[in-house]
Amino acid sequence: AAGGAYWVDSQQKRYVPVKGDHVIGIVTAKAGDVFKLDVGGSEQASLSYLAFEGATKRNRPNVQVGDLIYGQFLVANKDMEPEMVCIDSSGRSSGMGIIGQDGFLFKVSLGLIRKLLAPKNEIIQELSQLYPFELVLGMNGRIWVKAKTVQQTLIIVNILEACEYMTAEQRKQALAKLSGN
Amino acid sequence: FMQRGLDSQTKKLLEEEEKKIISEEHWYLDLPDLKEKESFIIEERSFMPCEDLLYGRMSFKGFNPEIEKLMIQMNSRGKEEVIEVDDKMEADVSDEEMARRYETLVGTIGKKFLRKRDQRVLQDEDEDGNSNTRPSKKAKKKFLKPQD
Repeated sequence: AAGGAYWVDSQQKRYVPVKGDHVIGIVTAKAGDVFKLDVGGSEQASLSYLAFEGATKRNRPNVQVGDLIYGQFLVANKDMEPEMVCIDSSGRSSGMGIIGQDGFLFKVSLGLIRKLLAPKNEIIQELSQLYPFELVLGMNGRIWVKAKTVQQTLIIVNILEACEYMTAEQRKQALAKLSGN
Repeated sequence: FMQRGLDSQTKKLLEEEEKKIISEEHWYLDLPDLKEKESFIIEERSFMPCEDLLYGRMSFKGFNPEIEKLMIQMNSRGKEEVIEVDDKMEADVSDEEMARRYETLVGTIGKKFLRKRDQRVLQDEDEDGNSNTRPSKKAKKKFLKPQD
């Protein structure tokens, strides 16, 4: 519960790295011990290979250029290059790390991400009734979806993208058509 | 400008002169010390605490069981009170059983530590059953003072 917290809610597409935010990053370069990730901000974020659960100097994580990583920001201010880690304060990965093969990554506005992450939001609840799928939401506006077939994946992608502009009724209609099929 | 063989006195004089020159050249603020105001405003840049957002990784209908476990774990971090109540209900052994077991347990272990005499007494008690009058066995030997 936010006791005495005030915030300004605005719509934007460009992400600004914030400490503690969980984001999806794309590995662009491997420079020795550090990976460079594109997170959609003004700069690329750096990620050390030791910042994974169970990583040691000998036991390196298997990260290639082009992989998707779900991690959180350790350092993120306007004076320094942002740094990411895939491990939380107690040393566990808790869901962070390399996102598996297949699936589809697409970009939405930041406002939609916040809507989707709201505690009791209908969009996710309605979608979860359709068919099994996996979803990763990054605070930087990136969503990764994976379902059993390519068609199902694309359906989910289209619904999520369209949720930006659809009203609740339109969305329910669309979902009703789909579950009818 | 280090000159060898400078007397300590002349050194001091020179230092003082230097200081005077410096202090006249240095600019300083002729203001009273400003007190740092304690601000009660904390700036937070992330949206997470504002709207109590969920964890970003989700799985539905058993697509990825590990992530579903994670979801339950993460989303219940905010509702820790509920978890505590559940733990009490799920204890394997109920409280009553524990009390009963413990009662008998104390007896059995207590017997282990009795001295031999007391053990024999206990055995007689068991053998005689409920009889109250017990033929007293050997009277306990008291310490006899050695006679001078």
